[in-house]
Amino acid sequence: MSVTKTGGELRSYYGRPVIKEPTWTWEIPVYFFTGGLSGASSVLSLSAKLFGNEKLARTSLYLGAAADVVSPALLVSDLGRPERFHHMLRVFKVTSPMNVGAWILFLNGGASNTAAVLELLGILRPVKLMAELVAALFGPPLATYTGVLVADTAVPVWHEARQELPWLFGASAAASAGAAACVFLAPEDAGPARRLAVGGVVAEGALVHAMQLRLGEVGEVYHQGQAGKLSWAAKSLAGTGALLLARRGKRSRRAAVLGGAMVCAGELCLRFAVFKAGFQSARDPKYTVGPQRERASRDGTKATTKPRGAAGAAARGT
Amino acid sequence: MSSVLADLLQKTGAPAESHTYGDEQQQRVGFFTDTSVCIGCKACEVACKEWNMIPEDGLEWTGESYDNTSALGANTWRHVAFIEQDKPLHGNGDGTTGLRWLMESDVCKHCTHAACLDVCPTGALFRTEFGTVVVQEDICNGCGYCVPACPFGVLDKRHIASDANVGHKPDLAAGLGKKEDGRVWKCTLCYDRLKGGHEPACAKACPTKSIQFGPLDELRERADARLAKLHAEDWNGAQLYGRDPDDGVGGFGAFFLLLDDPEVYGLPPDPVVTTKHLGAMWENMAAAAAVFAVGIVGAFVGGRS
Amino acid sequence: MPSLGTSFGRGGATTFQQDLQNSDCIVIMGSNMAENHPVGFQWVMEARERGAQVIHVDPRFTRTSAMATKWVGIRAGSDIAFLGGIANYILQNDLHFDEYVKHFTNAPVIIEDTYADAEDLDGLFVGWDPEKGEYDPTLWQYEGMETHASAGQRESGFTPKGEQSGHGGAGGGLRHGEPPSEDLELKHPRCVFQLLKRHYQRYTPEFVSETCGCTVDEFVAVAEALVQNSGRERTSAFVYAVGWTQHTVGVQYIRSAAIIQQLLGNIGRPGGGVMALRGHASIQGSTDIPTLYNILPGYLPMPHTEGYGDLDNFVQANTSPTGWWGHFRAYWVSLMKAYFGEHATGENDWLFERLPRIDQDNSVYWTVQQMLQGKVKGYMIAGENPAVGNANGKATRLGLAKLDWLVVRDLVEIESASFWYDSPEIESGELVTKEIPTEVFFMPAAAHTEKDGSFTNTQRLLQWHWQAVEPKEDCRSELWFYFHLGKRIKAKLKDSKDKRDELVQFLQWDYPTHSQIQEPSAEAVLGEISGYETQTGAYLDGYPKLKDDGSTTCGCWIYSGVYKDGVNQAARKKPHWEQKSYVASEWAWAWPNNRHLLYNRASADPDGNPWSARKQYVWWNGEKWTGMDTPDFEETKAPDYVPPDGAKAEQAIAGNHPFVMQADGRSWLYVPQGLEDGPLPTHYEPHESPFDNPLYAQRANPRRQQNKDLALDPYNPVDGEPGAEIYPYVVTTYRLTEHHTAGGMSRSVNYLAELQPAMFCEVSPQLAAEVGLEHGGWATIYTARSAIEARVMVTDRIPPLTVRGRTTHQVGLPYHWGQRLLTAGDSANDLMHMALDPNVHIQEVKAATCGVKPGRRPRGKALTEFVAELRDQAHSRRDMAPRPEPEETRSTMPS
Repeated sequence: MSVTKTGGELRSYYGRPVIKEPTWTWEIPVYFFTGGLSGASSVLSLSAKLFGNEKLARTSLYLGAAADVVSPALLVSDLGRPERFHHMLRVFKVTSPMNVGAWILFLNGGASNTAAVLELLGILRPVKLMAELVAALFGPPLATYTGVLVADTAVPVWHEARQELPWLFGASAAASAGAAACVFLAPEDAGPARRLAVGGVVAEGALVHAMQLRLGEVGEVYHQGQAGKLSWAAKSLAGTGALLLARRGKRSRRAAVLGGAMVCAGELCLRFAVFKAGFQSARDPKYTVGPQRERASRDGTKATTKPRGAAGAAARGT
Repeated sequence: MSSVLADLLQKTGAPAESHTYGDEQQQRVGFFTDTSVCIGCKACEVACKEWNMIPEDGLEWTGESYDNTSALGANTWRHVAFIEQDKPLHGNGDGTTGLRWLMESDVCKHCTHAACLDVCPTGALFRTEFGTVVVQEDICNGCGYCVPACPFGVLDKRHIASDANVGHKPDLAAGLGKKEDGRVWKCTLCYDRLKGGHEPACAKACPTKSIQFGPLDELRERADARLAKLHAEDWNGAQLYGRDPDDGVGGFGAFFLLLDDPEVYGLPPDPVVTTKHLGAMWENMAAAAAVFAVGIVGAFVGGRS
Repeated sequence: MPSLGTSFGRGGATTFQQDLQNSDCIVIMGSNMAENHPVGFQWVMEARERGAQVIHVDPRFTRTSAMATKWVGIRAGSDIAFLGGIANYILQNDLHFDEYVKHFTNAPVIIEDTYADAEDLDGLFVGWDPEKGEYDPTLWQYEGMETHASAGQRESGFTPKGEQSGHGGAGGGLRHGEPPSEDLELKHPRCVFQLLKRHYQRYTPEFVSETCGCTVDEFVAVAEALVQNSGRERTSAFVYAVGWTQHTVGVQYIRSAAIIQQLLGNIGRPGGGVMALRGHASIQGSTDIPTLYNILPGYLPMPHTEGYGDLDNFVQANTSPTGWWGHFRAYWVSLMKAYFGEHATGENDWLFERLPRIDQDNSVYWTVQQMLQGKVKGYMIAGENPAVGNANGKATRLGLAKLDWLVVRDLVEIESASFWYDSPEIESGELVTKEIPTEVFFMPAAAHTEKDGSFTNTQRLLQWHWQAVEPKEDCRSELWFYFHLGKRIKAKLKDSKDKRDELVQFLQWDYPTHSQIQEPSAEAVLGEISGYETQTGAYLDGYPKLKDDGSTTCGCWIYSGVYKDGVNQAARKKPHWEQKSYVASEWAWAWPNNRHLLYNRASADPDGNPWSARKQYVWWNGEKWTGMDTPDFEETKAPDYVPPDGAKAEQAIAGNHPFVMQADGRSWLYVPQGLEDGPLPTHYEPHESPFDNPLYAQRANPRRQQNKDLALDPYNPVDGEPGAEIYPYVVTTYRLTEHHTAGGMSRSVNYLAELQPAMFCEVSPQLAAEVGLEHGGWATIYTARSAIEARVMVTDRIPPLTVRGRTTHQVGLPYHWGQRLLTAGDSANDLMHMALDPNVHIQEVKAATCGVKPGRRPRGKALTEFVAELRDQAHSRRDMAPRPEPEETRSTMPS
């Protein structure tokens, strides 16, 4: 029977979802992680270079480049028609964050891999420098556009968090890049990376909190089901990892490696948590209907046109 | 929002009256689905499937009244909803039957501001010369972005195998071992039939003219008159849905006369195209990116170790 | 068919669906029109949009009810009580359309004083002979009529009855079309009008409410709606389908509506009439050019073994001297010429003596019983699925398993073709594949898109369809199959000297063929059906041109004219919006003679003027009848024409009597002959019912056909018998829009199968609570015949009713499912019994009793054990105190 109750209770069509869950699979949240890692690593690498920390610069360069190889592979794998991946670059379209992102990834990935190869081969330094600049330029967009991508949908827990998500993804990306570098660097060279990781985790925590405050009821999905578990894992891993890095990462290589790995794992969990939260909020019609019905009742809506002289039948109908 | 950005959004979002067709531009057409005369026969579902050679969409009995189709998707482009209510059709009833059975043929809304079209990264989704929204199946690479972008849950990816598609030959994807069709499919408002000067299959099959096809402004006038008539006859809950060009998607190309709130039918009460906020989202992202960059540089404060 | 035939003259819908848009009030009853005639239903919607009342009276609230302005829920099987109540309401309150009733119906006719009503005889009419199990209708006749004197005739009265009566419509023996005794004041105590009043006087609103389960207010509202929307300025229509015909007293259901419509003056008028909805695309065609054992094309009767002797006797027995049936001989002879060509001559009496004859009921269920006794060697099934569609499916399947050979022609391998390996009886062990002797030939059929041909739909409209593609592989059309089969049989018998093979040798069987597979020309067949001058081949323009001297050839007199001028009139495709009026006379072709609204002379008053401008349709313009449709009257017969003494056939019909097929030119409120179970409808309970008859000791239709001696058709105990509590609920079966009849054409198509992918039952929340059913779960429904399982749909649309003080629950079952194809499930009709309506041998699948329990049914042998256990219990309880059925012992023959 239809779940139709009158008198202000939420109504739906047999409890079925109003919008569709995304069709994306695991590759996408992993990509959020690797893409964020790339984007942040490009900036980290160039900054390290500018600040004379060649070891960090090189490590970050290679990490970013590797992530930039994995990223497109993940995205292509998720496609329904992978052989048509190149269709992503048929157009340039600002209303499509995915399209803009494809270009960003293309440019950042192309540049970072060019730079990495040239670094490895030790040739064409000016070209390598150019490539590093390009990569760093597109790094911040790469790390943050994915927040826009998920927010630019009808998925309630993503769209309603559109203010926070790019910042959140950026902070997570920064933390990932820093933490990853910590894994592969001696602690005496890893200072900025360490600071970046810890700072990123702290910023992320604050942003998650801000997001929850804004989200209201729909935010509860972050405490339920898979999203809930992953949120918890993200917090625990990233938090513990950051603590480890902060307290022991300077002195102990092992602590640095463990801490760095934990932060990375935590960030991966964070991406998955956001991902799953989206699905959960799409699945239950109340998250779509509730806020909209409330908004409609409060402000009126042009989505429906009631008869004029709406007292009587039409009013009885609602 | 910067005017350059706004301009760009305006152009690529492409509202109904596109400026790119020139002489080939046609009058905007759409559907007015009047559920007050829908008899729930599902001829629309079948006609659509036959014309568009859409595969079978599952043989699961739902027990949800007479609706075993459940929702629109890649393999269902017309879906008839059924809702049984303990409430009379008119007024307070005449003391006898307090029963009504709502029936509604749901379809892609062909929004004026279509989120699916906006977010499509390949340009597969486009606005036709008739003002309708269509997916080009030779371009769609199955990225699936349009799926969660649609506020009505219309689009979905077709998961079944290519060669199970009636009439479609298996192609490269199948050759590569990818079993699924993988693309997104949705109502085309029978673009091919429009090009031939015919009305869409569902409108043709509908025996009671619940599904009316024609120029959109004509349909809107008709719908206004219909709403007034039903109001005069004291029909409970009569309302138009998606008729107003000032709603959150700029008015639907396929709009409805419903007999209860939209959510009763599984429709969103106040849908807004996500692109509406995109300008602000890009600006926000720019700020985040800038702070991000500064933040990373800032990590170097404090020395090497 | 016989009800409309005896009431009005032709056994078919009196109007057409498009005309419903002109109705001011439409009562849909015994029909779920929106679901089963969705395209035709648009005209009901049109009427509603114009402000008409649309009333749906039905045990269930269906998709039709959802569109109606009012729904009244009643107990399945109680319609005659409801309709009788309306008749009573009209009669008691003098609300009938007086002028119409007086002049156009047989209301003034005085009936012989031998007549005694069911009211006098506790539920039986006079003339009941318990030995024979039938009535003697000579006791029901018009006063002063001569009964048909003909020695050696099996039947008395004017028309053949029983087996021969395909559609009734006669009443012969009238001198000049006027009954000898009538009272135009309608006051004589034995005039039909007064008899009607007395007959219905106990059908009060309270009686209706008690018997049907609706409220008094609901009933009165319906009666009032009809009454207020009838008369000169307004008309009302009745729409019915198998919800009325599939009862043991089904024919009388329709008679009830016919009576109401006559009293209200709605027949032959725009927006009026009785719209009989026949379901299948060409089911009307399948009785016009019949696939029935007892009639020949155009409803001519099959000759019977008893009586007739020669053609003259046969003709006399079947001819009405007055009315258009007066030309029976011409129709007959022309048909013989079509069958046998030059071999049928005046000298050999047009081969009358050679023709095969029937000697009894040879209908479907009789045949099933013959199969079970091993008396049927071979059986051909074409486009039907009796293994699922027949009542008591097990009996049919066991019967099929006794045949030597079976041919099944269909688009897919249906249950009737696969029974030998996947029927429920294989699962239960009652049949073992290896032991079944039947050789089954499955011959794939061509679809309608793969052949030329016509459909004749419910409103007698012949619509031609052209072939679009060639049939694939071995698929062949029916026409191809039977034509080439006939050719081969003829070839085999060509040299036979056996007398009984002569008719086959004489068969005129030379239609032209075309295409690679030698498809016979459907148009050539149509041309022969329409008729032509035997010598010249010139096409005839209608049945008035048919002669009895062999100079005309015509395969079906009612279709005569469909190939007028050598043009396929059925293939005309001018859409109605390009025509003069909604009648759209240039779209296809309706029989007879392209008349859409039958008896339309009744749309004008006795003087020939329209009853009102608003309801004008056909009228007299001073010289001839004219209007919006082909007049159903002789074009130049003036309204004031009085037939001279000795006038014959149509000339015996007066100018103010519109019902030209009837011997007296009037519609029959009271039917003196032609129906097996009485001249007037009276309320009888269904064969299986939880209720006794509130009016009489006579519980159910005394004339209903039963199979008391057939072990395979046991019955549930009825009200008043111990054991009835084992099957306490009313059960009814029906169609869903998404599927087609026994499912062969829809369960095999994924687009349809996915719309309704499982067998389910519909029950109220109250019944679900009582039995312990869960929505979405399973239920087992059982009767003395069998048990089936179904998914449970709990819904408010089939509410319990209060009948005679008791809460009555009803269970709804769609009947489409069988064991195979894309969506499979148990067959609802397996539950049903084979007690039948006596006039048309139709099964009562609309009202019976059942028991219900939660959960899936037992499998294998356990199923039959489960069914038998309950049945044995019920029967042993019943045997303690069985309820006697009065028809077995009471006689109402005059002493």
